Amino acid sequence: MSEKYLPLMATIAVFVILFIAGGLLYPNFFSTLVLGNILGDNAFIIIAAIGTTFVIISGGIDLSIGSMIGFVGVVMANLDSAGWHPLASAALMIVFGAGYGTLVGFIIDFCEIQPFIITLAGLFLLRGMCFMINLDAVPIKNPFVLEFSDMGIPLFGGGWLSSSAIVMLVALVVAVIIAHWTEFGSAVYAIGGDAQSAKLMGVPMRKTTLKIYALSGTYSALGGVVYALYTSSGYPLAGSGLELVAIASVVLGGTLLTGGVGFVAGTVFGGMILGLIATLINFNGSLNGAWIMISGGLLLFIFIVMHRFLVGSLKFRAGS
Amino acid sequence: MSAIIELSGISKQFPGVRALDNVEFSVEPGETHALMGENGAGKSTLIKVMTGALQPDGGTIRLAGKEIRPESPGAARAAGIGAVYQEVNLIPTMSVTKNLTLGRLPRKFGLIDWSAARAIAKAKLARLGVDIDVERPVGSYSVAIQQLIAIARALEDDARVLVLDEPTASLDANETERLFEIIRDLKARGLGIVFISHFIDQVYRISDRITVLRNGRRVAVGTVEEIPSLKLVSLMIGRELEHVEHQRPSTETVTSSKPILTAKSVGRRRLLEPFELDLRPGEVVGLAGLLGSGRTETAKLVFGAIRHDSGEIAIDGHPSSSHSPKSSLMAGITFCPEDRKSEGIVPELSVRENIILALQSKRGWLHLLSRKEQERLTAEMIAALNIATPDAEKPVGQLSGGNQQKVLLARSLVSNPRVLILDEPTRGIDVGAHAEIVTLIRQLAAKGMALLVASSELDELLTVSHRIEVMRDRRMVGEISGAEATREKIIQTIAAAS
Amino acid sequence: MSTPTPGTPASPKPAAEQAQPSALKALLRHRLVWPILALVLVLIVDAIISPGFFQIRIVQGRLFGNLIDILYRGMPPAMIALGMAVVISTKGIDLSVGSIIAVTGAVMAWRIHEGDSHYVILLTALCVGLACGLWNGFLVSVLEIQPIIATLILMVSGRGIGLMINLLYGGTNPSFTSPLLQGLSTGNLGLVPTRLVVGAVMIVLVWLLVRRTAFGLFLESVGGNAKSAWLSGVSSRLILLSAYLISGLMTAVAAIILTADTHTSDPVTSGLYSELDAILAVVIGGGSLAGGRIYLDGTIIGVLVIQALTTSILTSGLPPEYNLVVKAVVVLIVLLLQSANTRAAVVSLLARRKG
Repeated sequence: MSEKYLPLMATIAVFVILFIAGGLLYPNFFSTLVLGNILGDNAFIIIAAIGTTFVIISGGIDLSIGSMIGFVGVVMANLDSAGWHPLASAALMIVFGAGYGTLVGFIIDFCEIQPFIITLAGLFLLRGMCFMINLDAVPIKNPFVLEFSDMGIPLFGGGWLSSSAIVMLVALVVAVIIAHWTEFGSAVYAIGGDAQSAKLMGVPMRKTTLKIYALSGTYSALGGVVYALYTSSGYPLAGSGLELVAIASVVLGGTLLTGGVGFVAGTVFGGMILGLIATLINFNGSLNGAWIMISGGLLLFIFIVMHRFLVGSLKFRAGS
Repeated sequence: MSAIIELSGISKQFPGVRALDNVEFSVEPGETHALMGENGAGKSTLIKVMTGALQPDGGTIRLAGKEIRPESPGAARAAGIGAVYQEVNLIPTMSVTKNLTLGRLPRKFGLIDWSAARAIAKAKLARLGVDIDVERPVGSYSVAIQQLIAIARALEDDARVLVLDEPTASLDANETERLFEIIRDLKARGLGIVFISHFIDQVYRISDRITVLRNGRRVAVGTVEEIPSLKLVSLMIGRELEHVEHQRPSTETVTSSKPILTAKSVGRRRLLEPFELDLRPGEVVGLAGLLGSGRTETAKLVFGAIRHDSGEIAIDGHPSSSHSPKSSLMAGITFCPEDRKSEGIVPELSVRENIILALQSKRGWLHLLSRKEQERLTAEMIAALNIATPDAEKPVGQLSGGNQQKVLLARSLVSNPRVLILDEPTRGIDVGAHAEIVTLIRQLAAKGMALLVASSELDELLTVSHRIEVMRDRRMVGEISGAEATREKIIQTIAAAS
Repeated sequence: MSTPTPGTPASPKPAAEQAQPSALKALLRHRLVWPILALVLVLIVDAIISPGFFQIRIVQGRLFGNLIDILYRGMPPAMIALGMAVVISTKGIDLSVGSIIAVTGAVMAWRIHEGDSHYVILLTALCVGLACGLWNGFLVSVLEIQPIIATLILMVSGRGIGLMINLLYGGTNPSFTSPLLQGLSTGNLGLVPTRLVVGAVMIVLVWLLVRRTAFGLFLESVGGNAKSAWLSGVSSRLILLSAYLISGLMTAVAAIILTADTHTSDPVTSGLYSELDAILAVVIGGGSLAGGRIYLDGTIIGVLVIQALTTSILTSGLPPEYNLVVKAVVVLIVLLLQSANTRAAVVSLLARRKG
């Protein structure tokens, strides 16, 4: 097996181990119900993280995910008050996400501003726009929201694959196809592997950069839509700090922050590992939020050190 | 015969520099045309114009009689102009297949057909007689194989022109020969080849015609018979080449003196077999050998940039317990690495800051050299080494390769070393600077410095060395000194050791 | 080897003809032009919106006024930004400064609760900052993990650690009083707020370290080409490690001021987004995330631009909700103007309009 699959295998192994550990600790844990819930509860963040995976594979970063999720929710809630159907406002927000991402990509490529900085400005801008629209939570009252959360596919063993989870899985399939079976997907890997060479090899840099960030914008807007439907409200502080969770999911999923190496599917497991930890800690009533942060950091540390040595050896050979 | 590609009246202006001034250049089918010139003569700019990486300010490009305006390297390649650059431009983290097919991946039902892509990759490599696992990442192959992959990539099925920019810079003799066979084969198929190399003998071995550029102008074009090497060099540098004495330095005076640095059966497992080496004041020791024979590793190990795991390095007779770049520097040993870009210069920092860096780190962080002192030392070095820079505050990254090399030399010299280790001091630099550096090495030795020079150019080693250590397969296989040192003798030593 | 070419006369045109535009051009190309212009512009807008903006009064023996306020509030971010500038010059980044503030604040509240001497607490707080810096520095320099990921670990877990410390002795957001610490934060020395004196001393110390020792050169050489610096005898690892130590220490200074100001340890919100403000300040000041250069003056100006914006939104009567948006827009404009491509595009657009 090629070295490049090792981080992905490690991610899946950690997920399985954690899940089994949970099952041994708590009798009710080991069920499709819990698994379905983890998928459903974390779908929005995993969707956004899938988009971020492309950005990170290309060697960039997107910090505006959390703000985008909050912004989408606030706008959808207000459009709901104005009588829009959630699907219509969702479509509008996804188009907005794509447009926003395209603009970000353009600024990165044309103005040569580092992705970190421009998406940081985007984080402030979108969050600020949330505050300008609303300061309080606004409910989304359209009955479609209830229908959405009632939809789903029953799993064997009493579990339930919620509509959020289904949206996430569809988004995953699309992303995997884009990453591995399109010219654009190869270009993303090429730019992340060596941007200078990619340019000389004729990879259309501007077009690809625009598309990468447009894709990330689309996916984070979709994440926002799912989150808004899932919580049936728009709250201007929603999604604060989620960019970190998304990046952590991508890293735990085996994608190198140096770019060029990574898997979209890994991100789903990375996100689910984080969701699993939160669920485990919630199962134990005495543990609290502080533990979620600390254990998340610890896990991140372990994975990062592991990547460092696994891929360090691969890179060493590549460089020599 | 009509030219396959014809550039006429090409001009290109950069801020402050006229990089190309009304340049004519053409290649005929089945011809290898060498493009020669010093650093900054306009070779790279001309290639970039030809391959669409730069747009000319004026002039036309005709491919098989039809005017083209390639807007990007991709467009040029699609039109039939492929290029391979000195630094292999592939994506090391991606598979060979992806590297070879990126940009024109075959599709089925709108999605990429990977089995077809693999077949294309294999076929492309087969044309060059290469058979490798195309699923492995490019980074896992040797530089020579990467070079061939890059050529395979550059050649579209209907390619008509192939530009090779310093393709042999990191190849050894066998690999170079293999590349030349491939070039001859491509020629036979009617391709026009543009060949750029600073190895003058290689140019004469493979080329049909030569175009010489100087200061952005074409100063000569002709067949290899019309431009013999002496004339070529003088055309390139625009003045008669100062005759570099081929006289060998005498050995008697130095062998008696006490060595500054002694390496006693020093080696590193799986990297370098244990070897013995003495460096004496006033003596130049050459390190000869093919690429990959362990020259660079030996130089680095002596300097402390690679840790040894056996044997002992002694300085002035005292064993050096923790041998590192820092401890070497403190003991008066400096090192100029082969890889200027990744190990040598700090591109954003100015000429001044680059030059004083080693001296400053020798003094420690608390004792900052005064600005005045820094400027004085820099001015001295710029004058002594004839570094072409508008001022001492220019970022080194903006200087030409040869001048960057001189800045590195200056960094070593300004700390007033007793031992100077040079790894490929003349790689990739122009003829004039080459002669200057050779002269400098001799002067330094004459002043009593001990030098260790690793080089792939035998003539250069023969010119400067009192003693030549011959390397093969990461082992020191022989020492040749004084009068017996000849090209043939070194080659024999390499060949005999097996 | 620039052999003079006879064909091209190198004699420049009469100097007087060219002097003015080229001087202006040189000025425009100076790295501090855009940040200073941004600062001046913000202040001019302030002066128009609220006429008394530049007034400085003495109330109860202490200076008051918007300009003082900008400096006063800008002091903690300036400390963090200076540490960040040091880290960024090595091609690094420190995402964990917000979490370091949370941890430091929590430790301070805890030790005050335990009854330690407040001078000891001051030292303890600085040591906590150094310890966090040591952790980051260890990951970056010894384990050679990319800075952005290495510091992400503490960023993610630091606030959790702060919460845990608070829980150790029962409180969620324990409050405290400390005359010494609060004196440092909100007191004044003569007319001047004490924290400004502390800030000035720290700025001078950092400047001395960076520009009056060779540390600055070593930082920049490691940031520009770590391998080359190492081969030139610079202890790259030590330099990297000390960069993160400095960032941790400077952040601890900011944490002391901020925590003493609020009288409480609040790990969830204290120092939220401070890493982002600090990075923006460095970038506005001309620093590049690609490393290789450190601009202390530019960084301070960057902090002032951001703080002046915040203060002017407060005084202008705009609802505070606009704060983030205005900040983002101004930062964007400064960033865009720093890009040569954008400037060229704007110039050609203007030229087309005219012609």
